[in-house]
Amino acid sequence: PPAHSRNDWIGPPDKHSNLRPVVFYVPPEESPLERRLREARQEAQACDQHFWARHNRAFSQEKEEFIYSRLKAKGLEMRDETGQKATLTAEEMADFYKDFLSKNFRKHMQYNRDWYKRNFTITFLMGQVALVRALKWLRWKKKNVGN
Amino acid sequence: GLFFWHLKNTGIRQIPCHFVHLCRVANHRLITFQYFNFLKRMYVTQYKDLSQRVKPKSDSVASPFRELQQLDQEKKVIHKISPISPVHQPLPEITIRNELGEVKSVSAAEDSVTLVRAESKEDRQWREMKLQLDDLPGILARLSKIKLTALVVSTASAGFAMAPVPFDLTCFLLASLGTGLASCAANSINQFFEVPFDSNMNRTKNRPLVRGQISPLLAVCFAASCGVPGIALLALAVNPLTGALGAFNIFLYTCCYTPMKRMSIANTWVGAVVGAIPPVMGWTAATGSLDAGALLLGGILYSWQFPHFNALSWGLREDYSRGGYCMMSVTHPGLCRRVALRHCLALIGLSTAAPLLDITTWTFPVISLPINLYISYLGFRFYRDADRSSSRKLFFCSLWHLPLLLLVMFTCKKSLLEKEDKGDLLGEGHGRAMEMRLP
Repeated sequence: PPAHSRNDWIGPPDKHSNLRPVVFYVPPEESPLERRLREARQEAQACDQHFWARHNRAFSQEKEEFIYSRLKAKGLEMRDETGQKATLTAEEMADFYKDFLSKNFRKHMQYNRDWYKRNFTITFLMGQVALVRALKWLRWKKKNVGN
Repeated sequence: GLFFWHLKNTGIRQIPCHFVHLCRVANHRLITFQYFNFLKRMYVTQYKDLSQRVKPKSDSVASPFRELQQLDQEKKVIHKISPISPVHQPLPEITIRNELGEVKSVSAAEDSVTLVRAESKEDRQWREMKLQLDDLPGILARLSKIKLTALVVSTASAGFAMAPVPFDLTCFLLASLGTGLASCAANSINQFFEVPFDSNMNRTKNRPLVRGQISPLLAVCFAASCGVPGIALLALAVNPLTGALGAFNIFLYTCCYTPMKRMSIANTWVGAVVGAIPPVMGWTAATGSLDAGALLLGGILYSWQFPHFNALSWGLREDYSRGGYCMMSVTHPGLCRRVALRHCLALIGLSTAAPLLDITTWTFPVISLPINLYISYLGFRFYRDADRSSSRKLFFCSLWHLPLLLLVMFTCKKSLLEKEDKGDLLGEGHGRAMEMRLP
């Protein structure tokens, strides 16, 4: 993002976590409330990125392992004669999906709780910041109109 | 032609009803058979989030024609039997070449692909998180899932139209507006709750909050500014019962269904109720009371949700599994298919109950029988075969089945005059009897 910009910038989705990274702008006259908001957002971003990157990597890895073990059981190789990757049918993969979902259930429950909490906190802080800014602007307006 | 349509569509997220989409397409004079097939392929290959159902005030489900997405590293080979995981841009190349095999469509598709690619390239760059006012209408439309909202409003209108009272235009418009606003509010809150999950599912990763086009605070404010006037309108200008139903439905969708999606498969049933309430609201808006007719209409929509959603979710199992969504298709596949079939059959029963409750004439179950039997047949095929093709067939059928059923129902509606005559005769009879008794 350009140096002169006074806004946050959001980028393309991350390769592993699929979440879009945000670069936060730190205004020179940042108030303590605004700093709290920014830090909360940065922390949330870090948590989310970390969780999903790890989770997605685990998914791909376990999927590969599953395919490999099933193919092995069937006596096939990972790549057939034409060099293409051999795949399993939807029904065979369904076992893997079911298994993966139940294995990660507790993890997801924990993440859900954290995500909801963080989301509400951040949105509430945003509301506070917006309110403070609006009041400041109104006061400034009144002063200017008075003059 | 073809890619012009596509250009128009890249911004559009959901088309709740295949029917609706066809009508729009007709405007561009593009309805050809191969085009229809192209649409079908596009529809199915672009999966929607589980929450995307044709449920009023819920995530749009029947949202065909998702945006195309980037091809994954693990190039899905054409010969693969396994479900086509979220197809990415430029998907059309492979699926279309494979499935359509029409030279014309392929070249058109390639053109559309280049356009789509261009748009996705822009997407791959860093963007300033500043609210663009000219984009705002589009952003809000996507946030509120405007097309699903339109479908919700139309089911509510169907409920209103079926009510056995003289048609009141003002009431109808107010009820539709109120329902629409409530639906926008519910959909926005849903998206607000689901940002990281939406980012990880191909069907939903282009939503405004995911892309940072709008801040969460603004999304919540928008939801409040739609929901509060919407419910107030329903409660004050229509009647309190409708308002209460509307508020309850918003609550059910945002606070029950949305979190439950990640906790238990029971979310599907809750979601079906969310979908059933709008027609009930339409009915209560017209009559002011919760009659058997309202419940029947709600029941029809409730049952319809199952074949529709279960068939759709069959192809999304990988995304659900990775995203942590608890859906029947992943955890209890047998149940998934059984329930879909069960409710297809229930539709036959419900259609037969309509004349018994004096809502329609006996023509309705007769005419609707072939339609209901066909969807039940597809439901049975899905139950037996449990593969992608049967799930797709069932899903597509559900898209035209509902509008057609409601239309037939409306045409078979028991005329008010008939009822009044019957009532008058009885009344007169009673009156005379009374006169005779009293000295």
